[in-house]
Amino acid sequence: MKYLYYPGCSLEGTAAEYNLSTQAFMQAVGAELTELTDWICCGASAAESTSYLLSLALPAVNLAIAENTDKNKDILVPCSACYLNLKRAEDKIRNDRSLSEKINMILAEKNLKVKGHTRVRHLLDVIVRDLGHETVQNLLKKPLTGMSVAPYYGCQCLRPYPLFDDPEKPRSMEPLIEAAGASVHSWDMGGKCCGASHINTKPETALQLVSEILKAAKGADAVVTVCPMCQMNLEAYQRKISSLCNEDLKITILYLPQLLGLALGISEKELRLDLNLSVTDTFRKKWC
Amino acid sequence: MKRLEHTDDVLAPIREKIQACIQCGTCTASCPNEFAMDFTPRQLWRMVLTGQKDAIFRSKTFMLCSSCYYCTLRCPRGLPLTEMMGALKQIAARENLAKHKQSILFYKSFMESVRRHGRVRESEFMTLYFLAMKNPFLPFRFALLGMKLMAKGKISVQIPSGQTEGNLDAIFRKAEELEGLKD
Repeated sequence: MKYLYYPGCSLEGTAAEYNLSTQAFMQAVGAELTELTDWICCGASAAESTSYLLSLALPAVNLAIAENTDKNKDILVPCSACYLNLKRAEDKIRNDRSLSEKINMILAEKNLKVKGHTRVRHLLDVIVRDLGHETVQNLLKKPLTGMSVAPYYGCQCLRPYPLFDDPEKPRSMEPLIEAAGASVHSWDMGGKCCGASHINTKPETALQLVSEILKAAKGADAVVTVCPMCQMNLEAYQRKISSLCNEDLKITILYLPQLLGLALGISEKELRLDLNLSVTDTFRKKWC
Repeated sequence: MKRLEHTDDVLAPIREKIQACIQCGTCTASCPNEFAMDFTPRQLWRMVLTGQKDAIFRSKTFMLCSSCYYCTLRCPRGLPLTEMMGALKQIAARENLAKHKQSILFYKSFMESVRRHGRVRESEFMTLYFLAMKNPFLPFRFALLGMKLMAKGKISVQIPSGQTEGNLDAIFRKAEELEGLKD
């Protein structure tokens, strides 16, 4: 299993542990990742909010770099926002000829050309469909027995392109959590929105969405995420939301490869749990 | 920033895409942010169809779209509603509408950091945002989290710097040029 790897800007900064745990986990299962050289920002939600063409041209630059590197390998993307931007560019380039021409006029400024030969894959898609829960089962070293885990998918890995799971009632993480020896916390918040970048510009609105998710997660030992934006929104404002709601809503929030990595016996140090903003003592006690 | 040449007709491309709207309200029922909006998404699409430009850009609705894509997924007419919310945000950004200053400057500061370096530098972007907002109290809202992230080595103090080698000037310029030509 060989993939081109697009980490994206967050994974170089605020989501460093997502980057490191993804690499550690993929190495443990025998997958090989080649990071795209000179990749650029996908535009996040900022390009989409300011310029339509840039929101496609920025991800297209990365697709062109990938085509030049190895067009037979899928591009693995852990961040859901990056994933959607790259996927959306891939879709438009393949299916809208005049738009694709415009994009290539822009890319020509960097002597690049995109043809639409790549395949963009979300990390969760690769774990679910290429590895499967059997891989986790077979390599299991330290089962997370007695642990209840809430799978949180967020929006953009499933919508508007529902390629590997049900975008209304996603369940693809459940067999993975069970293969890791934990049980699945039953809730219906898995595919709900965390408010994304509204946490910065419309905090009251976003905090409301996050508080509903945290309330529904009560009773679980941890929530697992597959997106740096979701992760940050769920982990960074727990104290504030707890005091707003007048109840203790503190809970461990982990990236999926961190949780699966623990079950595979990869050390906490290597998975960089020290970088997470919310790992509770109860979680640590249960896990050790 | 450039202004649109056909200001009166800015809604035309959006109207064309949502022409088939049957006002069923599935978008409104699916929207996680609807509780904070002044007009529901269904009402907003009606306003687009009837060309109520001023009312649309005075409302908070489109800027409250968090791109969750529930409405796009569920729309029985298969309309690209999330993308059209984006199109409204793009018009607001191009016209620098004061009412939406906070969001517009946030996104533009982000893009400025990307233009300069090819990748966003998170603390540079936030510094640019604070400078653009000219609100001395705004940074305090982010101070606690910023310090936590800094203590973990996830962000570092970055004074906004000029261009670096990987800048995307040429790409930004070309995109802007092509968008100016759009009718």
